[in-house]
Amino acid sequence: MQRGYAGVDETLALPTPPYACTRRGRRFRLFFWCTHATIVAMKGAATLWMKRHGKWVIILPPLLYLLVFFLIPFGFALKISLADTAVHVPPFTDIVSMSPDWHVQLTLNPGNFKYLFTDEVYGLSYLYSIKTAFFSTLICLALGYPMAYAIARSSKTAQNILLLVIILPFWTSFLLRVYALEGIIRETGLLNSALLWLGVIHHPLQIMRTTFAVYLGIIYSYLPFMVLPLFATLEKLDHSLLEAAADLGSAPWRAFVDVTLPLSMPGIIAGSMLVFIPAIGEFVIPTLLGGPDNLMIGRVLWDEFFGNRDWPVASAVAIAFLVLLVGPIALYQHYSTKQLEA
Amino acid sequence: MPDRASPLLMTILCLGIGILYVPILVLIAYSFNASSLVSVWGGFSTHWYVQLVHNDQILDAAWLSLQIGVVVSTVAVILGTLAAISLVRFKLFRGRLLLTGMVNAPLVMPEIITGITQLLLFVSMLHLFGWPHRGFVTIVIAHVAFCTAYVTITVQSRLQSADRSLEEAAMDLGSGPVRAFIDTTLPGIAPALASSWLLSFTLSLDDLVISSFVSGPGASTLPMVIFSKVKLGVSPDVNALASLIICLVGACVLVAGYVMRRSERRRVIDAQMAQH
Repeated sequence: MQRGYAGVDETLALPTPPYACTRRGRRFRLFFWCTHATIVAMKGAATLWMKRHGKWVIILPPLLYLLVFFLIPFGFALKISLADTAVHVPPFTDIVSMSPDWHVQLTLNPGNFKYLFTDEVYGLSYLYSIKTAFFSTLICLALGYPMAYAIARSSKTAQNILLLVIILPFWTSFLLRVYALEGIIRETGLLNSALLWLGVIHHPLQIMRTTFAVYLGIIYSYLPFMVLPLFATLEKLDHSLLEAAADLGSAPWRAFVDVTLPLSMPGIIAGSMLVFIPAIGEFVIPTLLGGPDNLMIGRVLWDEFFGNRDWPVASAVAIAFLVLLVGPIALYQHYSTKQLEA
Repeated sequence: MPDRASPLLMTILCLGIGILYVPILVLIAYSFNASSLVSVWGGFSTHWYVQLVHNDQILDAAWLSLQIGVVVSTVAVILGTLAAISLVRFKLFRGRLLLTGMVNAPLVMPEIITGITQLLLFVSMLHLFGWPHRGFVTIVIAHVAFCTAYVTITVQSRLQSADRSLEEAAMDLGSGPVRAFIDTTLPGIAPALASSWLLSFTLSLDDLVISSFVSGPGASTLPMVIFSKVKLGVSPDVNALASLIICLVGACVLVAGYVMRRSERRRVIDAQMAQH
């Protein structure tokens, strides 16, 4: 097909009569032609520009948005972590300042990072966060694996219903579910009342404000995250492999260890990540359910920020947290997806 | 492979589902408790629901959260869809790796860190440009950032499996690329757009940590009000509020899921009819 001017399917054919006969008509025709030509040329240029650069109209809005409001904030956090605490608003000094003779001065204060090492609260809460997240992930796995396995083995209709039942709590408010759990394990809550009524115990159990409550909260909140990816891999499992193992004389548990477990590894890793990552930075659960000694890093950050109003130290804690924990996790995920693609 | 699962497996499944649901059911039951003492059953009453309607603090916060949720999820669906199109359709462009990273990072980033860094950004921006003041605007900006990531992931997977032949056919018949996309592919990914809108809405409605950091005086979202009430101790009207929200969200998700599954099934049937 013959393409018109500048890639547009419109030709510059002269508009034909009724303007042709008189002199005024001819002049009008010329004017009309010029306008027409300009419009066609501009349209053509726009189309050409859109063809070459049009994709940036789509790419740039999300790219710029996330750049400005997600990535660049980390730069500000790094900057403020190197500043000093000040009494004015905002409560930190500027690290870049202009001296009277127009020299730009950079005043960096690494003291905040040194402080993280001298005060052992930070190191301990890092370790405590990792420990709590690790063990709650393990318990979630121990509870979630049989659940996912049972769902994968039920009929198609039952599967759909069970999946819905597992997903539904994920849509309802996280905060309210933690609050609901508090209603059960409180000193005057349902569990203690029931146990007292049954005569199993004579004094109410102290569950709230203990480590046990924190674990319970994390498991209760993040169990669906563990079950769903596990189900996704277990459902795809080829059942004939298990039959083959049985035919070759494997005991059921042996077949499970040799066949099912290795094949469901991607689901185990995905589910563990989905529980471990949010659990490690958890703030709501240790604050509402935990006691004063359940110092997880999220709580320390919050207190540093709102309680002590020490923004530079809080920024330093956040940056260190990022480098020590989020960095390795992101790298691990990056390489594991590359391995899967390969 | 439907065969009978062992009784042990079934017991653990029931135990797990019990852990997930018992607290919620107990909460709903207690919200109808006439007594303000939590452990004592004082008879059936809707007293706390009536009190809730007259609690201006909670109503204002709920209204603010709803407004934020609607704005956030709409903007996030637009931005996220654009990002998904960029990642699926344009294989090579400068900044692709950056965009991929920024789309995946919010999913592994602890909320508390995102919240702190965004607060520091807003404070510095206010210092430099005199905008934005902390409140509605800053909460919306911060929520859009992490919701966009979730929308992108959802739409991206749907877009990858979408059939491009219809779109190419439309382009052969003379549609421009944008027109062709809107006429053919957009209806196909509409369920993904709807579910990611819902997801953004609930994420925004539920967010406590990021909102607490970036909001200013006078702008308290519903989770912030609930959190401060819960921290002080038990208040029976929170029971009523929680039951209301949980039932409302549950019903919405069930209806939305039902509608989406029906439209999906119809689409599959249509596709089968077209093949014969």
